[in-house]
Amino acid sequence: MKKRLFKFHRRSFTYPYLVVGLFFVVVPLLLILFYAFTNRQEQFSLSNLWEITSSKLTYKILADSILLAILTSLICLLIAYPLALLLSNAKFNRSKTIVLIFVIPMWVNFLLRTYALRELLSLFGVGIGYKAVLIGMVYDFFPFMLLPLYTTISSLDKSHMEAGCDLGASPIQNFFRVILPLSVPGIVSGVIMTFMPALSTFAINDLLGDARLYLFGNWINDYYSELWNFAGALAFVMLVFVALLMLGMGRLNRTENKASAL
Amino acid sequence: MAKTNMATTTDNKRDTIIEVKNVTKVFDGVTVVDDMNLAIKRGEFVTLLGPSGCGKTTLLRMIAGFETPTDGQIYVERTNVTEVPPYKRSINTVFQKYALFPHLNVYKNVAFGLKLKRIVVDAVDKQGKPILDKEGKQAKKTIKLTKQQIDDKVKYGLKMVGLDGYGGRDVSSLSGGQQQRVAIARALVCEPKVLLLDEPLGALDLKMRKEMQVELMRMHKELGITFVYVTHDQEEALTMSDTIVVIRDGVIQQVGTPKKIYDEPKNQYVADFIGESNILSGTMVADFRVQVEDKILPCSDKGFEKNEKVDLVIRPEDIEILPIEKAEVTALQGVVQISVFKGTYYEMEIKVGGYEFTVQNTVEQKIGSTVALKIDPNNIHIMKKDRVINEYKSEVIDEGVVEICGGNFECDTAGFEIGQEVIASFDFLATTLVDHEDNGTIGGFVANSLYKGKYYQVQVYTDDDQDIFVDTPDEWDIGDRIGITIKKDAIKLRLPDPQKDTHTGHPAEEAQSAPSSDEGEVAKQATNQPQDALAVSEDEI
Repeated sequence: MKKRLFKFHRRSFTYPYLVVGLFFVVVPLLLILFYAFTNRQEQFSLSNLWEITSSKLTYKILADSILLAILTSLICLLIAYPLALLLSNAKFNRSKTIVLIFVIPMWVNFLLRTYALRELLSLFGVGIGYKAVLIGMVYDFFPFMLLPLYTTISSLDKSHMEAGCDLGASPIQNFFRVILPLSVPGIVSGVIMTFMPALSTFAINDLLGDARLYLFGNWINDYYSELWNFAGALAFVMLVFVALLMLGMGRLNRTENKASAL
Repeated sequence: MAKTNMATTTDNKRDTIIEVKNVTKVFDGVTVVDDMNLAIKRGEFVTLLGPSGCGKTTLLRMIAGFETPTDGQIYVERTNVTEVPPYKRSINTVFQKYALFPHLNVYKNVAFGLKLKRIVVDAVDKQGKPILDKEGKQAKKTIKLTKQQIDDKVKYGLKMVGLDGYGGRDVSSLSGGQQQRVAIARALVCEPKVLLLDEPLGALDLKMRKEMQVELMRMHKELGITFVYVTHDQEEALTMSDTIVVIRDGVIQQVGTPKKIYDEPKNQYVADFIGESNILSGTMVADFRVQVEDKILPCSDKGFEKNEKVDLVIRPEDIEILPIEKAEVTALQGVVQISVFKGTYYEMEIKVGGYEFTVQNTVEQKIGSTVALKIDPNNIHIMKKDRVINEYKSEVIDEGVVEICGGNFECDTAGFEIGQEVIASFDFLATTLVDHEDNGTIGGFVANSLYKGKYYQVQVYTDDDQDIFVDTPDEWDIGDRIGITIKKDAIKLRLPDPQKDTHTGHPAEEAQSAPSSDEGEVAKQATNQPQDALAVSEDEI
């Protein structure tokens, strides 16, 4: 009689994911924490964090990054919402090909896209600078805003709109009183999905920006190759900031009584 | 005489709140509502009753304004509203799946319509004196309801449906019945002229449904608003309505009080749909005399042609059972086959000759015993047959072959040339239905199946847009795809009669629009008469 060493459960299918999660999520996070709270001699130290939080420069860079991320999300939202509304109408989007047109750019590596965009922009006389970075960010993150909005709006219950109309709401009143409030979950998802990457991006700024714009992402990028401890502390600050933001967004979403946000 | 008639017409007109005139709705080439005419009186509780897919909900949605008729007009208080969007109509709807706004609580749901409501009032200046317009008349202005007014109305509405104190609750925390009540309150607080209800109780359990039926009837009585109620539940319709409109295949079959519809169904579909019934074939041998099998029964109907084939409707509870010794010789005699206790009565199957009668009686009869059946002449309801023979415009395509409904059937073509247009006819018994489409000459869908005491009358809808009626001993499921064969000897050909057959030769048009094609008395009455005739007047009750 041989004793079986390994018994196969349905649960066993999760083990590979567990390993991947451990090595690629938990360990890197712990490494960030380790570097953030140590100095070069690998001794516990708060000096990096102190240096970051006490410097005025930090807040300027953070403010610039946040402003750019807010602008990006806002512009994406303003373009994507009417588009999603239009696409969710079966009349305009019979074969769903139009949605595909907006999603196809995602299939191309985003660095390549950004390079291409630079050439296109210079063709139209827009040189590198803040404007170009903003256009690049909107262009790159737009699908992340469109998709959740499109999914939410096209799955809205038609009977709610009919009920609004039946109770005396004109199409415009119906939009503000029924459609918009009911699509808040999509808006929250879309904003999270564009705001988060926009906040930490550096590549777009590298390719399309001039030296005047320095983002938090650039800062981390510039230090990680040499001063690991400082870069780690920067990453930690950003992580805490993003976590707080997510928490706030999640709460906003919950009050809207939906939980489809990521 | 003519004067009084006119006066009644105007009175009726004034009383009519909704008028549906020649309304047709076509979705993707399918006619869902076919040339309907209907007048609904102010204050009535009208039920649109019919099986699913009969067009009743589409009619309701057209009255609400969610669908625009392909053809025809809809009037509300004599104003043509056919093209008016729903938000400009003084009509509110209670939706089948409630459609409560999930982002608003109960109170805000009910207040939704009130916040949008604008009322017209006399304009007054700061001293409270009326402001006059250029022509010296009282000027009017449009204002919103005040917060207090809204609050009062919401609270009244919630009280009306028995939900006072629920205002702050989340709609998702309510039970189905409570959600339905909120939906009703939300519509009622807008004080509509007409309240439309689209199968509002469909999703509730039986007990809740019964409760809500009573509540809705109470609200209708208290508020005096016209209710238009859509349901497929005949019991619900009979319980609640002042007037029932029976719809089938987009055509109004009958309009009348519940009692009238139950006691005097205009055709076999109405009889079959409303309540349980024995539908039999018979022959009118004389006025007040109908022959079933070999017995001649006294009845209360007259005016049929001598020996005209008719359908009889006898309700199971209208058949008396007598011991065989006590009955007259002429009475129907039968053997009890099955007896089932149904709570307050026994339901028995009694075989009389070839017919099976369903009889409901409080006294049980032994299975196997022979009994006599007594039916009061007033309880035998005679109806004209929809069609007595299948008849189609066809073409002789070869010697001994004729094309009917898109299929080539063998038959005797002696005396006719190839290529000649003929009328082919065959009776209901001549057709055989087979399970597999491939085994039949043509295929079709079972559109209807009706038990007629000893056989099933099946209506098959062919791919060629025609209806074929078949009498068969077997039951066929509605919606099934089947094959059709016709006996060779049974197909009779004749030349088209140019006068008659332009009308009836091609039953397709009529069979589709009106199920009763050849002698479509009912359908014609329902669709072609002036709308006033359809509003059930008091004297019909």
